[in-house]
Order: sequence, then structure tokens, then C-alpha cells
Amino acid sequence: MTSPALEPRDVEAPAPALSPAWGKYGLRTMAGLYLGAIILLPVASILHAGFEQGLGHFWQSITQPISIQALYLTLTTAAVTTLINGVMGTMAAYVLVRHTFPGQRILNALIDMPFAIPTLVTGVMLVILYGPQGLFGRWLAAQGIEIVFAKPGIVLALLLVTYPFTVRSVQPVLLAMSLDQEEAAYTLGASRWTTFWRIVLPSIFPAMLTGSLLTFARAIGEFGSIVVVSGNIPGRTLTAPVHIFGLIESEDRTGASALSLLLLSLSFTLVLVVDWLQRRKDTARGRA
Amino acid sequence: MAELDTQPRHAGNEGRRFSLPVILVLIYTGVLLLAPILAITWGALSSGLGVAYRELSSPDAVHALQLTLILGVSASLFNAILGLCTAWVLVRDKFWGQSFLNGVVDLPFAISPVIAGLMLILLFGRGGWLQALPEALGMPVVFALPGMFLATAFVSLPFVIREVMPVLRHLGTEGEEAAYTLGASPWQAFWHVTLPAIKWGMLYGVSLTFARALGEFGAVLVVSGGVSGMTETATLFIFRSMDDRNYAAAYAMALVLALISFGLLMLIELSKSKIRQR
Repeated sequence: MTSPALEPRDVEAPAPALSPAWGKYGLRTMAGLYLGAIILLPVASILHAGFEQGLGHFWQSITQPISIQALYLTLTTAAVTTLINGVMGTMAAYVLVRHTFPGQRILNALIDMPFAIPTLVTGVMLVILYGPQGLFGRWLAAQGIEIVFAKPGIVLALLLVTYPFTVRSVQPVLLAMSLDQEEAAYTLGASRWTTFWRIVLPSIFPAMLTGSLLTFARAIGEFGSIVVVSGNIPGRTLTAPVHIFGLIESEDRTGASALSLLLLSLSFTLVLVVDWLQRRKDTARGRA
Repeated sequence: MAELDTQPRHAGNEGRRFSLPVILVLIYTGVLLLAPILAITWGALSSGLGVAYRELSSPDAVHALQLTLILGVSASLFNAILGLCTAWVLVRDKFWGQSFLNGVVDLPFAISPVIAGLMLILLFGRGGWLQALPEALGMPVVFALPGMFLATAFVSLPFVIREVMPVLRHLGTEGEEAAYTLGASPWQAFWHVTLPAIKWGMLYGVSLTFARALGEFGAVLVVSGGVSGMTETATLFIFRSMDDRNYAAAYAMALVLALISFGLLMLIELSKSKIRQR
């Protein structure tokens, strides 16, 4: 963004869409420096730190029993979360687009709540509700059901934090879908369920997949809500991000970096796949 | 994203307002989202408004809220201005490595906040590549405000870029070209033509950025050292209060953050509906 005084323009010349060369290169450099300094440099430094002491050390760090248990816990809870929110999120999107009911607008706005509320606050909320001294927690404890400081608490926190992803991936696709095929199915006597299963589901499946991958990527990195809800018992309720935090606290930077790299490459691969899926969708739409 | 204003569409039996899927979704959302909100309100206010007020007016709490607001505003401003430039470059410019840069933007979404904090420690801490920088600048980065700013800016970076890009693309270049033809400078064209057209997209991106910055916990926890009254943000204050079993303070502060989030959520919904109208 250059000032007009420094960049006299020939008004008569055909106006280009881009600003003059200086402004253009200036902006390009600015964007490059911004992303380079804030994102790329830190990522490069963790790559460096993870492999600093050789591949053997890296392997040793990630194959510690505590690390493996933490990774296993993170992956399984994330998978369960993805499954539940994949189904419920799709249902919520379907209901929001294809049904009318009182409170629909409020529901639609409420679904964005996890985007706005701090994840730590989410964790605190769950402790108030389901903690040993909590509103439902006391009753649940009497029934012998443990939620907070146990695996169900982790899943519950993840479900809350990732709820919007599938809904917001599927909803626009449903809105853009033409009703012709569905109406034809109804005319031919298909039930609502058959129509959903045979007509709607195949069309929204890529969007469901996108939403699920985002949910999973978000879930394996979640920290703020889990750290207050899970109790962080090594081998039982210690997730990988919380374990990484512990490693940082105990000054084991190589170990922390190694586990971080593993988690990072996993979630980044997922984001790349999502990107690829979306680009494929865009080109498909371009052809149509 | 959500487009409820466009007439909800139906096929089939419309008479049933509360069919099974609707009821299931309402129950699921109620249990998952609504119950926790009611719980935090109850938790913070059950021992009385006076207690909540007293906890929130303690020097540590006031300082923590101030610090959170300072970090939130500065990170939002930083990411708003540079994010807008980046969005513009990614949409309008064409150069080698562009799709790579576009991919880089999503990285913070894929990186756990704890890992983001670790990166900054590695970069500026002992033996880090930029270890010399804090000394040269004469101020500490890690366990101090600059590090907390960088952590907050990192985690909230993608929002402005990702929300402004589609709006810019949708806008096209006709308006700007017309302005150029009428003799406007690039700056005038941007200020009078482009910016008014993308302002709701900007507001959308900035509210998401601010919400994310306000609630950032993991990255800031790792980078700050969390010294109460010094480098303690509102979320760190909640975390420490929970640890100290000072639940009244934790719940009161959590409610304050939740209320601010609701304000932001309304801004988010407003800007979303304005973008849709274009």
C-alpha cells in the first residue's frame, strides 16, 4: 500500500487490476514475511529440535510407554468423537436445512458457540456439571458412573469443542442441492429415510468426510478443555497434547519436540487431504 | 456458512414439526451446549453476585483481564492488517509458490496450541535460532509479553485471511478498475471501493480472531510462565484458581469470558448474515 504521492499514475493508461509494481512486490514481500516469520520459522525450529539428536533418539522418545499410551488414548478418543459428531453433525445440518421447527434460528446460532468460547472455559463448564461435586456429577457418582477424570469426560469435551465442524461442512452442500431428485423419490413412494439414505447421503458424503477430518485434526490437538477435565493420569487419562505439556515442564525439549512432530505431521496430513477434497469439489463444480 | 435466511426447503411431509431427527438434534445440542452454559452461570452466581464481584475485582483478576484484552486487541489488529494484505496477495496476485503460501495459512489450525508454545520456546530459548534477538532488543521474549503476543498471533492467524479471501474473490475487480479509470490512486481505490465492500468479511474474520485470542490457553501457558499479576491472562487465571481450589474466582472469570464470547458470537452471526446479503 503505497501513498499516491510516491506513485504517480498515468490516468490515461488502461487501468490494471493490480496496483503498480512497487506496491505489488511490497505486498507480496509483506505477506511472505508475515507467514514466514509467524508460522514457517517456528515450524522449522521444531523440525530441527525433533531430529537434532538423531533419528534413534527421536524413535526412542516416541516409543516410551507413556508416550504410546498417550498417543493411543488421543487417537481413540478422537476417533470416537469423530464418529459421534459425524452422525449427529450431519443430522443437525439436515434438520436445519430440510425441516422447520420453533427455535431453529437459535439452534443455528448456538452451534457456532464452541468457535467463540475458550476451550478452557468449556472444560470448567463440564467440571461444574459432571465433576464429583458437580450438578449431575454427584448423582452420576452415586450410580457409579465416572465422567470427569475419566475417558468419557475427554470424549465429552472433544464432542463439545468439535461440534460445529461437521455441521458447517454439510450445511452449505445441503442448501445448494437441488430438490428434484428428492422430490422424485418421494413421488415414487420412497420414505424419508430411504430418500435420505439413497439420494441425500451420497451427495453429502464428501462434505461429511471433510467435516470428519477437520473434527479429527482438531480433536488430536485439543488441550485446554481436556487438561481440566481428564485428571491427566499417566497411562489412563493422559492425552498426547497434555503429555507434551508435561515434557515441556520437565525440560525434556527433545522428547516434547519428537512427540509434537508426530502429532503435527498427522494433523497436517489431514488438513492437506481436506484441502485436496475441497479443490476437487471446486473443479467438479467448475465443470458442471 | 449457515444460510437459514434463504427459505428452508422441504420435500415430503412438512406437517411434522417435531419429527424424530429434530428431537434428537435438539436433545443432543441441549445436553452438549446448552447445559454447560447454564452450569457456568449457576456455578458463578450460586454463591451470590457479591462473591463473584469481589473475586473479579481482586488485583490479580483485574490485571489478568487487562492483559487478555491487550493481547486480544493487539493480536487482532496485527492479524487484521497483515491478514488483509495476505488475503489480497493470495486472491489478486499470481506468483511462484503462491499455493504453498496458501497452504501455510492453514497450519495453525492443524497445530495443537501446546505445540505452538513449544515452537516459540525452541526458537527464542536456550540454543534457539533467534536466541540472540531478545538480548539485542533488550527485552525478554519467552516468559514475557512479546512471546505471549507471538503465541496469540500464531493461533489466531488464519481467520482474517480465510474469511476475507472468498469475499475478495466474489467482489471481483470491476469496481476497482472503474475507480482507476476515474483517476483514483491505488490507495483511494482500496479505501473507497474495496474496503467498504469487504468490511463485513473483515468484521467476521476479526471477531473470530478476537474470540480465539481471548480464549487462547495452551500456547500462552507454555510461553508465559504464568506469573500472577505479571504474565497471567484471564484463562491462566482460571487455570491457577482451579488448581488452588479457589472455585469462586475460577467460575466468575469463566463466566466473564463466556459472556464476552457471546457478544462476539452475535457479531459473528451479524457479519455472516451481512455477507450473505451481498
